[in-house]
Amino acid sequence: MSATLTALDGSNPAALRQALARAEAWRKWRAFGLTLPLLIFLLLTLLVPIAALLMRAVENPEVANALPRTVRALDGWDRKDAPGAPAYAALVQDLAQLPDSSDAGALARRLNTEVPGARSLVMGAYRALPIDGTPEAMREKLLQTDARWGEPPFWRAIAKNGSRWTPDYLLASVDLRRDAQGHVERMPEDQRAFGGILVRTFNISLVVTLLCLLLGYPLAWWLASLPARPANVLMILVLVPFWTSVLVRVAAWMVLLQSEGLINRGLMAMHLIEQPLALLFNRTGVVIAMVHILLPFMILPLYSVMKSVPPTYVRAAVSLGSTPLAAFVRVYVPQTYPGIGAGALLVFILAIGYYVTPALLGGADDQMLSYYVARYTNVEVNWGMACALGALLLAATLVLYGVYRRFSKAELSLG
Amino acid sequence: MTLKRSLTCAALGALFAGLALPSQAQQLTVVNLGGANGNAQKAAFYEPYTKATGVKIVPVEYNAEQAKIKAMVEAKKVTWDVVEVESPDVVRGCDEGLFEKLDYSKIGSKADFLPAAVTDCGIGIFVWSTVMAYNADRLKTAPTSWADFFDTKKIPGKRGMRKGARYNLEFALIADGVKPADVYKVLATKEGADRAFKKLTELKPHIQWWEAGAQAPQFLVAGDVVLSTVYNGRIDAANREGRNLKIFWPGGIYDLDYWTIPKGAPNKEASMKFIAFSMQADSQAAYARNIPYGPTNTKALAKLDQKVLEHLPTSATNGKEALQFNIGFWADQGESLEKRFASWATQ
Repeated sequence: MSATLTALDGSNPAALRQALARAEAWRKWRAFGLTLPLLIFLLLTLLVPIAALLMRAVENPEVANALPRTVRALDGWDRKDAPGAPAYAALVQDLAQLPDSSDAGALARRLNTEVPGARSLVMGAYRALPIDGTPEAMREKLLQTDARWGEPPFWRAIAKNGSRWTPDYLLASVDLRRDAQGHVERMPEDQRAFGGILVRTFNISLVVTLLCLLLGYPLAWWLASLPARPANVLMILVLVPFWTSVLVRVAAWMVLLQSEGLINRGLMAMHLIEQPLALLFNRTGVVIAMVHILLPFMILPLYSVMKSVPPTYVRAAVSLGSTPLAAFVRVYVPQTYPGIGAGALLVFILAIGYYVTPALLGGADDQMLSYYVARYTNVEVNWGMACALGALLLAATLVLYGVYRRFSKAELSLG
Repeated sequence: MTLKRSLTCAALGALFAGLALPSQAQQLTVVNLGGANGNAQKAAFYEPYTKATGVKIVPVEYNAEQAKIKAMVEAKKVTWDVVEVESPDVVRGCDEGLFEKLDYSKIGSKADFLPAAVTDCGIGIFVWSTVMAYNADRLKTAPTSWADFFDTKKIPGKRGMRKGARYNLEFALIADGVKPADVYKVLATKEGADRAFKKLTELKPHIQWWEAGAQAPQFLVAGDVVLSTVYNGRIDAANREGRNLKIFWPGGIYDLDYWTIPKGAPNKEASMKFIAFSMQADSQAAYARNIPYGPTNTKALAKLDQKVLEHLPTSATNGKEALQFNIGFWADQGESLEKRFASWATQ
């Protein structure tokens, strides 16, 4: 303290600098200390899980762990016809060394995602153990348990998955695969699914974002121009649905949109339509409900930006001879670009991750990518595939954010 | 609260937790698939078991997500004792070491159960069926075959089908003239799968998909669809509420649900006792009276009267042209066929 005091009288500039530096460092450390809990929280809840997700998307330990000898035996194989007897012997040895039947199960599951039918093949061989004798005899025995051991696809799957890391899940998530020689090629037509689903996910999200903008912009403008009291009342009307659970709102839409629901009955009573419209279990229902759920995410950033736009500019433009419409389009709208950008980005990014709404209100061709993430996680228990699809969604989000920054030349701002 | 007092509380808490440990077997967590089936299990299994033994049953509902079991087993923190599991998951889960092997000496004589009910890791609880159903109040001409289901000229209107490949591919082949006994042989070939998807394509614009079992009867009651595939027990539940839904039985696909014990479950012995109780002929008959799903204990049939029997998928008339769901086929081909279905739905 006394050092600071002596430093303050200016007789010793070095001491002053030192005291300043010390105070500065102390402030920095304190600021860091205050953000530390958040940093740890982000690390544990965001970065670690994302890293784990990306790892799982390329991890491929099953074959390498369970069949090391077989993979080595298949090293020089031309991958055209079935391999020679030593590979069969190595396979039998590897299977016999597995510590637990669950390891055989994991191996069977992994190979089955590559070649349908491999599950029963591997488990059949595992149950047929012990098999001994010369390599030739082992080969005969395996072929007796299942003739499919004589076909190359299963052996190719083993040879291809011998390494601990694989691009296969990521390739499959964009409808590509590796052929027998390891070259990347397109999936056969009837197995191509995720490319179409990704396009569909973007399509739905784009339509929802545009509709939200069309509906939200005039409302936000009106709210921003009203005096505080009525504006607050109307704001509550925006916020109450915002605070209501998504599931409740989806269920409400199911009641409203069904063929004997309020909307169809109302339209029929007004003689606008003869037959009930198909509003549910198709794209229409999904889009209506998603727009309703995501609308506040558009209105709120728009409103907060519009609040800060001085009304005098438009008045000035009009007084200088502009028509009101031109003044609105050329003076007012450009000042709300940050709000439009932030709202559109927010709605779009939230929309591409949608899962519950399309699952409940859509048909078989309205499911978005998240539906398949959940499906691979819960039903197929193919976590590699689920993580690869998750990584695809993550990449799409990051690319979008990059594009946004490129065009707006600004950080994301909510007002 | 002072530090000293909170320490005392913690110590007391630990003491009580310690005391409670030995009596934990007095409580079992039984996980079922919910809905009308969950209610029937409560009336037929859980409540009578508690009455007979004093062991409390805590029912939990889930949606057959195997990921939950896998996560519990891998983390070695299993809190579920007995779990109801769908058939393909019994095979897969058993292969992958998710379930304990059952000790049949504690459960009952294997000879008393249907052959399909007896597996290493799971024992079949009941037989249920996916069938065609219609609303007799709305539909004037009843369907007479699966071909009618795909014929929108003969019976105009929408069709309800489960979202996914399972069951629908089988029904498509039956409608296309394949005998139920040959369905899986045909479906296993590339041409057979193509044929099934081609037949489904004919109907595609007229299909309204359902995902939860309760949706199908709702669609029929509301008149959204004229015909629907549906789990047979749901039809009965709707009719008990005064509806007039009818089932077309031939070509139905029957399947079993199984009891399993997740590997490392805390009360293995007590769980086996509960399973044994639910597999007794009396419990099985009580279950069938609550919901028309067929008992897997063959001795239970004799305890049921005609009125119950005629609604069961296992009865002689209903089961005549039925198809048994092929677990092995779907465990092998399921993932690839479901992916093909997703691809087909996009086109």
